[in-house]
Amino acid sequence: MISIRHIVKQYAAHRALDDVSMEIEKGTVFGLLGPNGAGKTSLIRIINQITAPDSGEILFNGEPLNQVHVDRIGYLPEERGLYKKMEIGEQILYLARLKGLSRPEALKRAKYWFEKLQIQSWWNKKIEELSKGMQQKAQFVATVIHEPELLILDEPFTGFDPVNAEVIKNEILELNKKGATVIFSTHRMESVEELCDSIALLNLSHKILDGKVKTIRNSYRNGTYVLEYEGDKIPMNGSAPFAILQETGHDGYRQVKLKINEGSKVNDLLHYMLPLAAINKLEEVIPTMNEIFIQKVGSSNA
Amino acid sequence: MNKILLIIQREYFSRVKKKSFIVMTILVPVLFIGMISLIAYIAVKQNDFGDKKKIEVADESGRFFARLKNDNSVTYTAAKDLATAKSSFIKDGYDYLLYIPASMEGVQLLGEKKAGPMTSGKIEDELTEIIRAQRLAEAGIDSVTLAKAQKSISVASMQVTEKGVKDANAGVAMGLGILCAFLIYLSLFIYGTQVMRGVIEEKVSRIVEVIISSVKPFQLMLGKIIGVGMVGLTQFVLWIAISIGLSMAGGTALMKNSMHNKQEQMAQMQHVGGNVSVATQQVPANETSGVMQAIAGIPIAYTLGCFLFYFLFGYLLYSAIFAAVGSAVDNETETQQFMLPITLPLIFTFALAQSFIINNPDSSLSIWLSMIPFTSPIAMMIRIPFGVPVWQLAVSMVLMVLGFLFTTWVAARIYRVGILMYGKKASYKELAKWFMYKE
Repeated sequence: MISIRHIVKQYAAHRALDDVSMEIEKGTVFGLLGPNGAGKTSLIRIINQITAPDSGEILFNGEPLNQVHVDRIGYLPEERGLYKKMEIGEQILYLARLKGLSRPEALKRAKYWFEKLQIQSWWNKKIEELSKGMQQKAQFVATVIHEPELLILDEPFTGFDPVNAEVIKNEILELNKKGATVIFSTHRMESVEELCDSIALLNLSHKILDGKVKTIRNSYRNGTYVLEYEGDKIPMNGSAPFAILQETGHDGYRQVKLKINEGSKVNDLLHYMLPLAAINKLEEVIPTMNEIFIQKVGSSNA
Repeated sequence: MNKILLIIQREYFSRVKKKSFIVMTILVPVLFIGMISLIAYIAVKQNDFGDKKKIEVADESGRFFARLKNDNSVTYTAAKDLATAKSSFIKDGYDYLLYIPASMEGVQLLGEKKAGPMTSGKIEDELTEIIRAQRLAEAGIDSVTLAKAQKSISVASMQVTEKGVKDANAGVAMGLGILCAFLIYLSLFIYGTQVMRGVIEEKVSRIVEVIISSVKPFQLMLGKIIGVGMVGLTQFVLWIAISIGLSMAGGTALMKNSMHNKQEQMAQMQHVGGNVSVATQQVPANETSGVMQAIAGIPIAYTLGCFLFYFLFGYLLYSAIFAAVGSAVDNETETQQFMLPITLPLIFTFALAQSFIINNPDSSLSIWLSMIPFTSPIAMMIRIPFGVPVWQLAVSMVLMVLGFLFTTWVAARIYRVGILMYGKKASYKELAKWFMYKE
């Protein structure tokens, strides 16, 4: 869908993006991650053609990105807002028409979305009369009303209470199911694991990691497991195929976080434990995106 | 292109629909015309507004009192002698005591309060007229010969052009030039600031990034400038239409009123049989027809065309700069440091326009000022009623268009970066840096 190739963006003394490349596949939810100032917003603005790169190119469905594509992208910036003194309905129509919809078409779709998000009674209200959450909903409608093939959402959940954040999340997933590709930029890692198929991690203007979320997390597996059992403390001697990292428990019910030794397998662990205890649960601990994020950014900063 | 139209539409209607626009559009001409007509009304009717002065006259020679005429502002009463009148005229209810010594040296108007210029002027005129008539009669000149001799001359200022001799009344030309220059000066400020506010509003409300993901920053800037410009034109047209409507309505009412008065006066005069007053009435009539002639002598279409051109391009040029300033700041108070250098050429030219340019429309300073795009909208409008060579006008207009294209280009480069910069204190150095950024 989007091929980003060797993008460089220089601002006076500061290089915002340095030879950044990535592929965003059609129909996926793509997480663009990174700490503040990593270059996420610069990259997003380049995809939106708000600014142009100094070198490198971007392909939209194989064609070099140009003004024609503007109407096929929906963008929700992090710094967002609406005209304070304009009626909300008119405002949505205006933004929809700027994206190339005819007035009647825009009106039809706006009504549909207002009903869907239950804000139809706000049609004639001015933005300054609305709560923050309401404004965000209206802004979301403005982003998706022209049924863009590519949705670029920069921190879409800020300003929503948990209930409305859930509503918006489901709307995003539904649009994705209908075929929209989503680029999703955020710091909130828990939503990344929940939503994203693939990610790219930017730090200090460079891409330091990218790939499918599952693959990345798997590649960060290090043989750590949580074991819950009933029995006594595990007697540790040289023959145990693992090391204990952490141990808690009482009254014969124990939980152990352990790391399997290099070259050993889960079966070896079970084999060792079976005679000693009644096993309730054994679960692999896969590093969360948050942990990977902190680890990668920390090590690339070092 | 279509998107610019949409932007223009929004900028235009969102402003025109505002209550403040409607109120201003109606209120300004009403207040303006109202003020003018009130002044005119008071001037016409001042005798009715001022109270009637009662004056006791101590006339030592006895030659004057009989000839002093009572009217609706003063009544004269003869005093027995100066000494008693002096002590008692206030008590007797007179406002002033007029003392005319036999020698005519040291005529005095005594009163509790100093007499206003209207009253003392009126008495002076009357006494002068009486003495003059008397002396002329003594010299053997009758009043008919005198009336014939008194022909007032007005100098017709004519302008020699290729097409022939043209009427050019300097006074009217001055008035028209100043009016046009003032309108341009005012509108550059009013609507330029509106563009700037609009840009700041979009920046502060953070909608700008949403919009420029749909349109180019330049389209947004241009759409806003054109939209606000059309609001300005609409307001001007409405102001002029309402003003003309009001003054026509007011004029007819005033006409009727004064015609009525004139008829009454005429009737009175026929009774009195004085023919001096008829002569005096003809003078203002001549003056008005002179002004009318001068106005008719000014080519309306030409002047209006030039006015529209300089209004439009002056506005476009300045509003582009105002837009760039708006994009560089986070709120309106920060604009101060940029406002002065922008408005300085305007203020300078306008100040100079009223004194220097209007009196020396063809001096080289005036010509230079009417060439430089930043000052020409005002300077040229002052010069136009006096006649400007075609080549100068052409050069000025071409420079104006080039100046507009250039400033818009510079402004757009600053604008596209500025609207996305938050919390950065914009300095001139910073602006220069933004200007240098690549697309």
